Amino acid sequence: MSFIFSAKRTFSLLVGLLIFSTSFANEHKPEEKFNVTEMIMHHISDAHEWHLWGGHHDGVSIYLPIILVDGGLKTFSSKHFYHGMPMTYLDTTSKEEMHYVLGVGPAAGYAMFEEEIYKLNAEGGLEINDGKVVDAESPFDVSITKNVLALFFGAAFILIIMFNVARFYRKNGPVAPKGLAKYLEVLIVMVRDDIAKANIDHHKYHKYVPYLLTIFFFIFFNNLLGLVPIIPGGANLTGNITVTLFLAFCTLLVTVFSGNRNYWGHIFAMPGVPVALLPIMILIEIVGIFTKPFALMVRLFANMTAGHIIVLALISIIFINQSAAWGALSVPMALFISVLELLVAFLQAFLFCMLSALFIGAAVEEAHH
Amino acid sequence: MFGSIAAIGAGLAVLGAGLGIGKIGGSAMDAIARQPEASGKIQTAMIIAAALIEGVALFGVVVGLLGLETGVK
Repeated sequence: MSFIFSAKRTFSLLVGLLIFSTSFANEHKPEEKFNVTEMIMHHISDAHEWHLWGGHHDGVSIYLPIILVDGGLKTFSSKHFYHGMPMTYLDTTSKEEMHYVLGVGPAAGYAMFEEEIYKLNAEGGLEINDGKVVDAESPFDVSITKNVLALFFGAAFILIIMFNVARFYRKNGPVAPKGLAKYLEVLIVMVRDDIAKANIDHHKYHKYVPYLLTIFFFIFFNNLLGLVPIIPGGANLTGNITVTLFLAFCTLLVTVFSGNRNYWGHIFAMPGVPVALLPIMILIEIVGIFTKPFALMVRLFANMTAGHIIVLALISIIFINQSAAWGALSVPMALFISVLELLVAFLQAFLFCMLSALFIGAAVEEAHH
Repeated sequence: MFGSIAAIGAGLAVLGAGLGIGKIGGSAMDAIARQPEASGKIQTAMIIAAALIEGVALFGVVVGLLGLETGVK
């Protein structure tokens, strides 16, 4: 143990890294200043290309298909935007230079500003006021974006793993598992016993275990994939608020459609409440039906996005100071935060699932007097 | 200017979360010290309560991020 992790070796390693600081201080190339906010926003947002490596102008990306519904169905590769005509417009309010791209080839007639596609206005360009495009229609965009592709990867990942596990149990019955099932059984039993059985009525929890398992593994695997820096990971899927909105909406649907008489009775005529207070209570309870999934949505979105922002901000310490020596500080910190993110990935999946189970349990609860 | 006010708001939300989760952690430690056999249940309850408080704090951070959006541009 002490052979590898000795103080002397760590010290020599750090000194070795710091030697770089002199060599980089001499070559000061005049290049564009590194904009941290822009880099971070680019990495956590959705895009029409999957950027693999390289800089702005000589990078390698996968250009994803753009599918627009505008009169008819228009499909083309996004390289017609990313290799289109760059245009500049002086923002009407802030007077900053705003850059957007005109589409070429099959993308003619459209322009892309910050990954959103708009139709050109009468002058053949876009008008930008206060950071937003004004006076422009946008076609209905159902493209395969980076997050959609990440969703396909995550879904394929889950399907392959789960079919493998199911095949084991189908062939061998309820025995001690071998192979992939060995690792998944712990999690599956945890969802069934500690989440479903503990929160939902004993006779009814069976119906909801498939939904809870799906929610748990979908969120868990996509959170984990978001932490992997290279394709097929690295897309911030669960940090996309529309994705978490849909997951929360599913929980809302399951809760509302499995609500029994007792549940609706508690919402519209809460027992033990004086009649004069009932109008307020009904309003509060109805709003409560929606705020609970809303909290689920924001919690998952904010946790995942904040985690990615922190890791990216720590890595950009190296780029702000333009010196590889800062890696000695930045990399251990980013490593620590990434390990914390592993915990958060599991915890957020567990929590979403647990709270969904609590809401479902409340919906199917029988009255006890 | 709005960007920095948004950042201050987000910081205040985090302050609230820190206080809340610290209190939960402290009570959980006391409870486990009194009754070590119940530590599993106490731990689970602590994690759930902490994650709920963190959720509320992140509402604040999200609103701060929204403020940053309108301030930066």
